[in-house]
Amino acid sequence: MKDNVVTVEFIAIAENERFARMVAAAFVVPFDPTVEEITEIKTAVSEAVSNSVIHAYNSSGEGTIKLEMRSTEKGTITIIVEDYGIGIDDIEAARAPMFTTSALEERSGMGFTIMESFTDKLIVESEKEKGTRVTLVKMLDISCGL
Amino acid sequence: MQIEFEMSDDIITAILTGELDHHSALSIREDIDHAMQVYRAKNLILDFSSVSFADSSGIGMIMGRYKKVKEKDGCMMLCGCSVYMKRIFEMAGIFTIIEETEERGEAMRQLKERGEENER
Repeated sequence: MKDNVVTVEFIAIAENERFARMVAAAFVVPFDPTVEEITEIKTAVSEAVSNSVIHAYNSSGEGTIKLEMRSTEKGTITIIVEDYGIGIDDIEAARAPMFTTSALEERSGMGFTIMESFTDKLIVESEKEKGTRVTLVKMLDISCGL
Repeated sequence: MQIEFEMSDDIITAILTGELDHHSALSIREDIDHAMQVYRAKNLILDFSSVSFADSSGIGMIMGRYKKVKEKDGCMMLCGCSVYMKRIFEMAGIFTIIEETEERGEAMRQLKERGEENER
């Protein structure tokens, strides 16, 4: 299988959280992933996109989110969720379990913890008033299919 | 996501179907709070057996309902969580404060037992 890249851009509304994780699941289907791998990818993407919708754009429904998906023939999937919102003040604090800036709205503060646990690598880059870029790397176990 | 309610004594069961994310959690929590108010229910069972997807929004939704149930001295239980949901919920320590069963009938039985104990 050749290396592949698919990029999708959509407006930052909550309805698109589902769309984003469906697209990510569809992107990895050619690798014949396990149900567990698909669930982990869908969950991690859902967390990243929800963060952008809620925090980057303050649930305003304005702004866009870019979803870039890359795959290598060895089954390494890299998914980048990028927004152009307010950015994160303190990335280290944001990544800590139970951290949330909006406690009144029933947020769990577990988004980054789940992303970290469901992927092989998580990179968070952010610049104030410029935006945030979350990179999720997942190595699919494709050896059994070859 | 769809939601159905079943009432038995002072226990309301919310049967959730579909995908639970930030978007669907917004309306689901309002529906549950409204139903608990209308039926004057004290205890709550959340049935996840027909939920095909859940992310951390599920945690917030559960914890929010737990607080409301506790305010009325009620009890809350979860049932039918898939292995993936359990992984997420465990990360947040949900099962250390809210009990969970496989079957809805078992959750109902346990809640009724507790109610009888309290009356004694």
